[in-house]
Amino acid sequence: MSTYSEPSPKHLVSYPRFIWRSLVLSTEGNLAFYAWMTALTAIALVGVNAWSHQVLEGMVVTDMSDHVSWGLYIANFTFLVGLAAGGVMMVIPAYLYDDKKMHDLVIVGELLAIVAIVMCLLFVNVDLGRPDRFWHIIPGIGRFNWPISMLTWDVLVLSGYLLLNLHIAGYLLYQRFLGHKPDKKWYIPFVFLSIVWAISIHTVTAFLYCGLGGRPFWNSALLAPRFLTSAFVTGPAFIIVSLLILQRLTRLEIGRGPIDTLTSILRITVVINLFMVLSEVFTEFYTGGTHVSAATYLYFGLHGHHGLVPWIWTSLLLNVTAAVIFLLPAVKKNTWLLVAACVATFVGVWIEKGMGLIVPGFIPSTLHEIVEYAPSTEEWKIMAGIWAFGIGLFTLALKIATNVFDGDLRLTRK
Amino acid sequence: MTEQQPESGLSRRTLLKGIGATLGVAAFAKALAPLTEWVDGLSVDAFLQKHYRELTPDELQTVLRRLEQETRDQYGADVHIDDLTPNPGVKFAYALNLSLCIGCRKCAEACHKENNHDRDTHQSYIRVLEMEQGSLDLEKGTAGYNHAVPAPGKYYMPVQCQQCNNPPCVKVCPVEATWKEQDGIVVIDYNWCIGCRYCEAACPYHARRFNWKKPSIPAEDVNPVQAYLSNRIRPQGVMEKCTFCLHRTRAGKLPACLEACPTGARVFGDVADPDSDIRWVLENKRVFVLKEELGTQPSFFYFFDV
Repeated sequence: MSTYSEPSPKHLVSYPRFIWRSLVLSTEGNLAFYAWMTALTAIALVGVNAWSHQVLEGMVVTDMSDHVSWGLYIANFTFLVGLAAGGVMMVIPAYLYDDKKMHDLVIVGELLAIVAIVMCLLFVNVDLGRPDRFWHIIPGIGRFNWPISMLTWDVLVLSGYLLLNLHIAGYLLYQRFLGHKPDKKWYIPFVFLSIVWAISIHTVTAFLYCGLGGRPFWNSALLAPRFLTSAFVTGPAFIIVSLLILQRLTRLEIGRGPIDTLTSILRITVVINLFMVLSEVFTEFYTGGTHVSAATYLYFGLHGHHGLVPWIWTSLLLNVTAAVIFLLPAVKKNTWLLVAACVATFVGVWIEKGMGLIVPGFIPSTLHEIVEYAPSTEEWKIMAGIWAFGIGLFTLALKIATNVFDGDLRLTRK
Repeated sequence: MTEQQPESGLSRRTLLKGIGATLGVAAFAKALAPLTEWVDGLSVDAFLQKHYRELTPDELQTVLRRLEQETRDQYGADVHIDDLTPNPGVKFAYALNLSLCIGCRKCAEACHKENNHDRDTHQSYIRVLEMEQGSLDLEKGTAGYNHAVPAPGKYYMPVQCQQCNNPPCVKVCPVEATWKEQDGIVVIDYNWCIGCRYCEAACPYHARRFNWKKPSIPAEDVNPVQAYLSNRIRPQGVMEKCTFCLHRTRAGKLPACLEACPTGARVFGDVADPDSDIRWVLENKRVFVLKEELGTQPSFFYFFDV
């Protein structure tokens, strides 16, 4: 992004150097680091291989069918849009409430957003039957059914969010690298735009589903608010764990402040999320009739089919446990308790958004047939590959950021 | 944590990094190996082909001949792929007499053959539901019945694309690969569809199908009378659907499912023609549509004779 009023030859030299030094330093580390990155790469390659098989042989290698036509990929996509939006829960306290302690760490939330969006794009791509025709959806080259198709809105808001966060994170890191104080006008407006934008990505993603009249399970006005609430659960939960790891492995000063703030946010969002689940469950089951059949299938099984029942009850158990732990005063003192609650709710929401939301939308089908779905080995491999790639990318991004903040990554050496 | 790098020269670490990166790239290439076989099967012309509605008449002819050649190469079948456009002033509609339907599924079978469906999965655009008498609730129906028909206490409801006048599938397509034509038929450009399956999620009638694999049909079973927008053999990874057999109906014939029906339960025609059978049914029978409350405005009607 060219952000300078007069062309300065200095940036032509120092910006490539920033990129180069970032790459060099991000691949430096101890044995544990190399082992970690090698393991992630290996898993990612397993995923790449499974995907190439899927492209060659067709999506018949998945367990999806004409009845359940979206599965694990779109489930992960939906979840990760939430994670990306959840990154903003660091930005809001830092900039809207001017929490100074958050200011330095807000970059973690922005990097998380970048990585999560990249993973979203990968999950959408592996779900395409014809990845070679991806160019058909690029505005200007293909035919972009905007503004009618919600999917085109999603393309716009997701790529916009990616660019915004790349700009903010890139600008802040580069200025630190130069040893300059970042110029507010080049990032504050973008930060505020990114707050609104974060809400938009998960709203549009909810509209993808809730706008379909033929799928009563999704056709609920509560879907977008529910998506946002669960995003504000997973985002802070992931960031808390990341910060705790950073505190152990790097010289970065984190302190209790930001972690306490995020814990306070979670105390509220986890409970609101559960409240919304309750609200949906009541509306479904008290009303009854055939509209409730998807929910019946999900929670109790229908006509002898119980495929999703273990998933949803596990999810509920994890989320309720997490809510109880978060409400305990001890959670602010006991780190392990905090980590346990964060992991529990992260997994809980992952199930709730995927096996608990995308899949039951298709069961029973629109003609009320019950065809069950359980992800195939290929699907699990591809999913593991994308997650490994994402976690690896996040590791490298954090490494660059910590190097910049440590002062190891500077234009002029200390 | 990071060690100070020596300023110049090839350090041991740099060397190891280089080896690691090389191995990584090699492993990546190996992992992607199945893709090369897939890429070999794609032609540049197919990759760069424009949207159906952007093709000039000449370009379209080139595409049709290429597709015929592909069918010869891949299936060993000589076929003729035509491009049939809507006839001006025609608006197709379909009606089904539920009192006559006996649930024999001959329509589904005819569709399977006429439209060059995958033989392995026995695909068809029609699903016949066995319904309980006294109820229009699809929840009480089943498509998986396997006994002599008609069974006592049951009636039968074949469901296929309703060719909605307000089609949810067309609305959601991100790349305009599916649209409604002037004669009311909703079609797909199989060479433009990206296979996201959003339309399949949006359709309230389970009318759309995805090609989870490359369709397999023995050369002698291929129906050689084909059209670009209807029954030509679909590529792997794209959506497909019922087109009211436009390769037949736009040429003045009746849909294959209608011709196969042994009880005469099916009525098809041009509603704009005051003398057509379909017009008579719509004017004289108490017809209804499926899931009317969704506002999809189907061109497919059902009625009971008695």
